[in-house]
Amino acid sequence: MNATTSVHVEKLTKRFGAFVAVDAISFDIAAGEIWGFLGPNGSGKSTTIRMLCGVLEPTSGTADILGFNVARNPEAVKLRIGYMSQGSTLWADLTVQEHLRFYAGLYGMSGREREERISSWVQRVGLSERREQLAGTLPGGYRKRLALACTLLHAPQMIFLDEPTAGVDPVSRREFWDIIVGLADEGTTVMVTTHYLDEAEHCNRLAMIYNGTIVASGTPEELKHLPQIGTMVEVLSSDTVGVLDAVEHLPFVRGAGLYGSSLHVALADTSDIERLNAALAEHDLPAEAARPVLPSLEDVFSAVVQPQ
Amino acid sequence: MNWRRAWTIALKEYTQFFRDRRTVAATMLMPLIQVVLYGYLSSDVRYQPTVVWDLSQSAESRQLLEAFTNSQYFSMKYRATSMGGVVRRIADGAALAGIVIPPNYATLLHQGKTPQVMVAVDASDATAARTSLSVAQAIGSSVSANIERKAIAARGIPIPHVGVDIRARAWYNTALRQEVFIVPGVLALVMQFTMTFLSMSTIVRERELGTLEQLVVSPIRSSELMLGKMLPLMTIGYINVTAILLMAIFWFGVPIAGSVILLYFTVLVFFFTTLGMGILVSTIAKTYIQATQLIQFFLMPSMLLSGFIFPVDAMPVALRALSYLVPLTYFLTIVRGIIIKGIGIDYLWPQIALLAALGLGVFVFAVTRFQKRID
Ligand SMILES: Nc1ncnc2c1ncn2[C@@H]1O[C@H](COP(=O)(O)OP(=O)(O)OP(=O)(O)O)[C@@H](O)[C@H]1O
Ligand SMILES: [Mg+2]
Repeated sequence: MNATTSVHVEKLTKRFGAFVAVDAISFDIAAGEIWGFLGPNGSGKSTTIRMLCGVLEPTSGTADILGFNVARNPEAVKLRIGYMSQGSTLWADLTVQEHLRFYAGLYGMSGREREERISSWVQRVGLSERREQLAGTLPGGYRKRLALACTLLHAPQMIFLDEPTAGVDPVSRREFWDIIVGLADEGTTVMVTTHYLDEAEHCNRLAMIYNGTIVASGTPEELKHLPQIGTMVEVLSSDTVGVLDAVEHLPFVRGAGLYGSSLHVALADTSDIERLNAALAEHDLPAEAARPVLPSLEDVFSAVVQPQ
Repeated sequence: MNWRRAWTIALKEYTQFFRDRRTVAATMLMPLIQVVLYGYLSSDVRYQPTVVWDLSQSAESRQLLEAFTNSQYFSMKYRATSMGGVVRRIADGAALAGIVIPPNYATLLHQGKTPQVMVAVDASDATAARTSLSVAQAIGSSVSANIERKAIAARGIPIPHVGVDIRARAWYNTALRQEVFIVPGVLALVMQFTMTFLSMSTIVRERELGTLEQLVVSPIRSSELMLGKMLPLMTIGYINVTAILLMAIFWFGVPIAGSVILLYFTVLVFFFTTLGMGILVSTIAKTYIQATQLIQFFLMPSMLLSGFIFPVDAMPVALRALSYLVPLTYFLTIVRGIIIKGIGIDYLWPQIALLAALGLGVFVFAVTRFQKRID
């Protein structure tokens, strides 16, 4: 572990009774990095984050955050991190301003400094007009904005965002990511989970977790070149659904899925392209010839989290 | 201990409490409604612990005491050798009734005169006192009737009516008013019920909401969180106590015989128990519903065992032993002692000490458990 490593995790495990939610995972996150954590529902993302933040005690394994061991020195860690949990964490009967003042108080801010920080964050997340509004009456996306502001108010060195953009409209999602990328540029380390794979493209590095085990990790580019994805081809068609039905069960097709207005088909290797084109012609499907494309993160995700 | 962080929590709790008008109204009105409701309830008492000062020491006096015992309303638990002894037993709550038999009791009886026996009853509990007094009067007449019959049998001639004049006297609550007894009881019960419930729900709700998780990740320590949560509850508790006392004085015309400062101090001591119990339940229960059910296991027995409904002295020995483990038992004795009897710390210190010990035990145990269970 050195100064440029913000998170160092070794063989971290969490069992709930006999069920292993997180199974001896190890990874590092470099300082100032946006580290994306992807995985299907129930794969162990939130459980991992909650262990890193000191909410859950790991069954075994260790985690160091910003050079402090979470188990031995939780107070030092807590002072320096921000955590936005997956569920709602707001009090319906407190206003936007009261929430921010509360969190400011917990981190020892007061007076002018407190008010200035609150004003600046209220503006940054677009809540200036709603300062006096009760959190319970805020629309869903705005609640997430408030939760984000509460998490960031004390300028943490490292933030954990568990599905920060769930239930947020596309325009607001882009604003969220502008903020996250901006923070990383200023040197904040970010660990973030999401189910929107287009968002994952913003991450410097990604890890995919499945059944409590990290099944793939690397930069988005590296992941797209993983050997187990094989060859990804794109098929353009006026009837993508019909084509999908036809090719899905071909023996040499590993997987197929709609991607925008086209169809992505995963093949074992390039030699299968000919066979696919032949099959398309044979069934007289209204499709152009398949051509190789760079897999999307969705393709990667499907390839690594589904048992072959 | 970081006071600003604790105060931040307290401020949030105050804001939330006073924002919800219905909760405020319910918390403030409930105690007053209870004072009125319980005012109409009454209690029946048997086996009142009784202190006896028998100056006659005769077969006749023993016979009289036997009559008292057989009535089942009096239980001769203490012997005194002076008036001071009788007074002390009743003042410290050990005895609820006192019987004083004059030295010339047997002589007067044989002379065909009416001896005077004094029966004093602690009338803090008006209903119980009223019952004891009428029983005592009845015993007086029946004893005289018996003696009459024996005299006739012995001499075969009519003799003048001889009776035992039971000089029954109610102490403390001389007017035998039920409200006087009810006010301290309700005060104790409200302190127990409202405080335990509020302290339990303030934490369980936070857990259910998911906000507790957010607090755990912040630098706040368990002790600061606890203090911040408890401070507003104590304020509410004191507002309730004050409301009940004001209602007692100005509505029912019940005076507070003892020191209000001592009363407020023992309320503070009692907070350890009630708030501690609330925290303890919140460390066990996962949901609010679970917590409300769990808390009944504590609230119900302590209400039944404490002497609020059934006097502790009328309980079977095993239950009586159990009642000494219930903090409410002590608090009830203390509050009744201060409000009705006007007794001070010189009589009440053992009760206060035991209450503090029990409360501190519960509180420390609860807070330690909470630290471990913060996940
Ligand atoms: N307290 C708990 N007790 C028992 N099982 C739990 C507990 N918390 C989580 N689990 C289980 O652990 C597994 C991992 O849950 P986790 O919340 O970490 O998944 P996730 O990857 O965050 O999923 P999602 O994308 O739906 O948020 C799930 O099967 C979940 O049911
Ligand atoms: Mg999750």
